[in-house]
Amino acid sequence: MAESPFKVDIERAQKELTEKMTPGAIVYLPGSSVINKTGSWRVFRPEFNKDKCVRCFLCYIYCPEPAIYLDEEGYPVFDYDYCKGCGICANECPTNAIEMVREVK
Amino acid sequence: MPIRTVMKANEAAAWAAKLAKPKVIAAFPITPSTLVPEKISEFVANGELDAEFIKVESEHSAISALVGAAAAGVRTFTATASQGLALMHEVLFIAAGMRLPIVMAIGNRSLSAPINIWNDWQDSISQRDTGWMQFYAENNQEALDLILLAYKVAEDERVLLPAMVGFDAFILTHTVEPVEIPDQEVVDEFLGEYEPKHAYVDPHRPITQGTLAFPAHYMETRYLVWEAMERAKKVIDEAFAEFEKKFGRKYQKIEEYKTEDADIIFVTMGSLAGTLKEWVDKKREEGYKVGAAKMTVYRPFPVEEIRELAKKTKVLAFIEKNISMGLYGAVFTDASAALINESEKPILLDFIAGLGGRDVTFDQLDEALSIAKKALEEGKVEKPISWIGLRKELL
Ligand code: SF4
Ligand code: SF4
Repeated sequence: MAESPFKVDIERAQKELTEKMTPGAIVYLPGSSVINKTGSWRVFRPEFNKDKCVRCFLCYIYCPEPAIYLDEEGYPVFDYDYCKGCGICANECPTNAIEMVREVK
Repeated sequence: MPIRTVMKANEAAAWAAKLAKPKVIAAFPITPSTLVPEKISEFVANGELDAEFIKVESEHSAISALVGAAAAGVRTFTATASQGLALMHEVLFIAAGMRLPIVMAIGNRSLSAPINIWNDWQDSISQRDTGWMQFYAENNQEALDLILLAYKVAEDERVLLPAMVGFDAFILTHTVEPVEIPDQEVVDEFLGEYEPKHAYVDPHRPITQGTLAFPAHYMETRYLVWEAMERAKKVIDEAFAEFEKKFGRKYQKIEEYKTEDADIIFVTMGSLAGTLKEWVDKKREEGYKVGAAKMTVYRPFPVEEIRELAKKTKVLAFIEKNISMGLYGAVFTDASAALINESEKPILLDFIAGLGGRDVTFDQLDEALSIAKKALEEGKVEKPISWIGLRKELL
């Protein structure tokens, strides 16, 4: 397969990524979800009850992030690095297998 | 060989843009600068200038388009005036904060209300805190030259700030004068291609520009703009020196005229400097020890040069076509700030004149002189600000 013309030169970008302010406050390596975790501002987290789950995938389909993937048996797994706690999954789940619980440190 | 011809300042500005070869021009027609984009669109249509000409529906869009283009890494240009410049206001901060070296021509015009299309500097002076450098031209040749110089300074890696070049509405924008159009090769040598080092689009190097800054970072970004403006002072001097070598025309942040041994020096900007010099000649013949000084650069403010000028005289009087409501004229206020900690300073006076295109006549300058002479003789100032040429019978 041909290489994507848009392949990011990570090494070069990382060299420019600095602790210092850049002219124009430019941010290098933006939008890289590998570096920028987006789950930090969550107030509620989805908690999953396997006993109630019927493996309908609805939560997986509706998650806007997408922070849900399915394990080998087809049960949802929540990735808390990226789940923003919107509660859509809990709202959509037909069996109420997902409960939104306040985050406490 | 440079071509010597006659043209309006608007055409001179368009020629300067053509010589600088911007890749994107976005403009909305506004009196009195309309001819600038008109002329440039001609250049583009005739294939004399290889650029994208974007016709926008407002000045807010014009400057926004240029922010986008400059952020993508190309040289850009626009022209505006008055309410149009005011409409750009919020984006002017963005251009400076993103450190984009956009250059813009201003046909300096008054602001409404009442609507008035004639000359004063209230439009660009009102933008003084945006982070844009400001140059003011005395004549049409300077309008052309200062635009080239503005690119040179704006794109310097030590500066990276946008710049505006003002020339007085109608007095210059619509008046034909001899102008020398420099050779394209010499301009190319002087400016070179714009090679953006920080802001440009490259899929292999994705960046976010114009991002959100939390309190933890915002203040540093503002400091960097301020610091760049400080550095620009030296870069401007260097650019002026190089320009003189290449084109033979000399520029200074503050140009002095008959200031040696002067008791009273009048300071002004733009086309009024021409009137002032002629009036000084006349007064010298009459035996008055007066001098003139012209500020070519208003932002960054020429603090050092004002201090040097102040040492030469007993009265330093500013004549300016703008007013900061609630205090004095902006140029006077800035100059006073530059002198605040000097142990010895001259008497400082401010004269507001020529608003909304009113002619500044020799009679008015005589009126200013009599006020300055009185202050000099009495050694004190009752009121530092005077409006000259007011029609008191209407008040
Ligand atoms: S709470 Fe929102 S973001 Fe988190 S897993 Fe559910 S749908 Fe996805
Ligand atoms: S929506 Fe509910 S029932 Fe369906 S897979 Fe997700 S958790 Fe299970």
